[in-house]
Amino acid sequence: MRRILAPYLLVLPGGLWLLLFFVVPMATMLSLSLQEGDIINGYVFTGHWQTYVESIQGYQTQLIRSLVYGAITSLILIVLSFPVAYWIAFYGGRRKPTYLFLILLPFFVSFVLRTISWRMILTDDGVLLHPLKEAGLLPESFHLLGTPVAVIGGLVYNFLPFMVLPIYVALERIDPRVVEAARDLYASPLTAFRRVILPLSLPGVFAGVLMTFVPASSDYVNAELLGGTGTTMIGQVIQSKFLTSSDYPSASALAFTLMTVLLIGVFAYARALGTDDVMKVAAR
Amino acid sequence: MFPTDEPDPTLLRGLSRRRLGRRDALRLGGMSAMGAFLAACGVQGQGKPSASVAPDAVAKYWAGKVQNNKLDFANWPLYMDPSKPELAKFTAKTGIQVKYDEVIQEMGPWFAKVQPQLAAGQSIGYDLMVITNSIQFGQFRDAGFLAPLDHSKLTNYAANAAKSYAATSYDPGNVYTVPWASGITGIAYDPDKVGRKITKLADLWDPAFKGKVGMFRDPQELGNFGLLAAGITPAGSGEADWTAAAAKLKEQKDAGIVRQYYDQSYVDALGKGEVWITQAWSGDIFQKNVSDGTNFEFVIPEEGGTIWTDNMAIPITAANPVDAIMMMDFFYEVENAATLAEYINYVCPVPAAQAVIKEHAAAATGEDKEYLTSVADSPLVFPAEADYSKLHYYVEFDTPQKQQAFTKTFEPIVLG
Repeated sequence: MRRILAPYLLVLPGGLWLLLFFVVPMATMLSLSLQEGDIINGYVFTGHWQTYVESIQGYQTQLIRSLVYGAITSLILIVLSFPVAYWIAFYGGRRKPTYLFLILLPFFVSFVLRTISWRMILTDDGVLLHPLKEAGLLPESFHLLGTPVAVIGGLVYNFLPFMVLPIYVALERIDPRVVEAARDLYASPLTAFRRVILPLSLPGVFAGVLMTFVPASSDYVNAELLGGTGTTMIGQVIQSKFLTSSDYPSASALAFTLMTVLLIGVFAYARALGTDDVMKVAAR
Repeated sequence: MFPTDEPDPTLLRGLSRRRLGRRDALRLGGMSAMGAFLAACGVQGQGKPSASVAPDAVAKYWAGKVQNNKLDFANWPLYMDPSKPELAKFTAKTGIQVKYDEVIQEMGPWFAKVQPQLAAGQSIGYDLMVITNSIQFGQFRDAGFLAPLDHSKLTNYAANAAKSYAATSYDPGNVYTVPWASGITGIAYDPDKVGRKITKLADLWDPAFKGKVGMFRDPQELGNFGLLAAGITPAGSGEADWTAAAAKLKEQKDAGIVRQYYDQSYVDALGKGEVWITQAWSGDIFQKNVSDGTNFEFVIPEEGGTIWTDNMAIPITAANPVDAIMMMDFFYEVENAATLAEYINYVCPVPAAQAVIKEHAAAATGEDKEYLTSVADSPLVFPAEADYSKLHYYVEFDTPQKQQAFTKTFEPIVLG
């Protein structure tokens, strides 16, 4: 009997934790999104699903913008991270841990502080733009902050390790002998890369996209600190609805919508990539 | 993984506002010249009938409340000299130990943070807080979250406060609050970058400053400037007016003129040259010029600016309300009001403090003397009796629906 119960007992603490801090808040949020009222007199459950329609209609621009920013961020990250991960995995030698440590080093500083540093670099009369303006290469009113370039740049910077590390792990696992075998069978280095290394690294890329696209799409710190009037992301809208206007139903409805859209997106993506088990890949 | 907290506004505020150094007083330059037309000290009443509060509410609340010799005080960052000389004096005088936290950075988030505890009748951990007469002030007041003040304990207030404060529209008769300081929302600009004199709101709509104009994020601040720009008086405006103002603001945004909708971080953006011309709070520009040697100008636009008041209030669930009301009254001792104004440079609710600051100036020497003289003469600390019609109050809402409609009108502009 005890043997049968053991696995359940083992899962109990984690399960309770999830129930208390994930399932309960989710249910509360769903319920809140269907309530009506105001902060003074309280909110009452009325099943007012129209909040969803209104919220989505009102903020679809920001929702789509967030998904586009998230997708662009992930794409740029793949392009930037793959060569880095490849080089560390195959040419890093015994210094591999050092290189990985260097990739992670900036992340010992808080997320917000790093983004503020970016702000300081990109600012209108900062170290980057001031010399260019002095040299007459850019007009005085040119600015990077407040543009999508700055926001996506910040997202890419902040999420870099989350793409490098999974790709690195996937590449690192490749048995060098498979590559040698490909070469022995007269594959050119390019063919060997295309037919052997690339397919074997795809789970890493997949995990990387999962770990960057989802948080990047729902991020609001970068857009807040680096963005301007035309770069508002859905995370900022939700944050503001919750914490500034105390409009809990709209905020919950938007949060739920975002989550649903992201979940559908992730599963569709897993399908398209032929990966049956999303979680298994993500867990690697 | 990532901490997804919002960027700490204390930090941003800290980065953007520095301790003002008296040494740099001379750099104040044109600041004192700017607003000879500024308003009388204090806040004019709007003749709204006194808030209804049960006659025995005060007696009921204060019955059995005693001094506990401790006080938790929640205020905005940089609203007191960091060495807290006034608090030390208060403790020496009363024996009350004060824990002073700079935890309020924006009214919306502050209300959202403490509302659940107050609604549940629990202590928020603070006995005294400083709240602006914003949308949330009405929410605090109407939800019954503020303790009614026992004016028999506020003798200094009765003796020294500017009389106009008793007739405010948001708290007539000071039933729940007494002012900490007032400020004026106008336009600040960098003359070197702008290259001309800024005099009117229309300058904030000038395409020449495309991408270099800062506006406030707070719906009241933003909405009021939209209303004034559209030629509408904020007080007494209705939903049709708000829509017109929102259209005016949207036009400004769609033309790419607005760089960003700011909270306290606008000072930093102005300092870094990200914005050249921006909505601004009076005391901030004063402090920025003094502490950083900048030469920014602050003007009340021809069409008008807004005046607001930050008020001391006791949360209804406060553990030490007697200590809190003693602190309220303490800041109405003229000497204490004077030293506070000397540091923060916002409109002082105690007119007699001007003479005290002048006395301090007379007793001081060199740079300190010049600094103190400039504070005493500053129209932003002690506005002269003058053209009051240029200053407007925030829009008042008599129902939560109206307040929600107002927020919903202006929120989409900020969240574009």
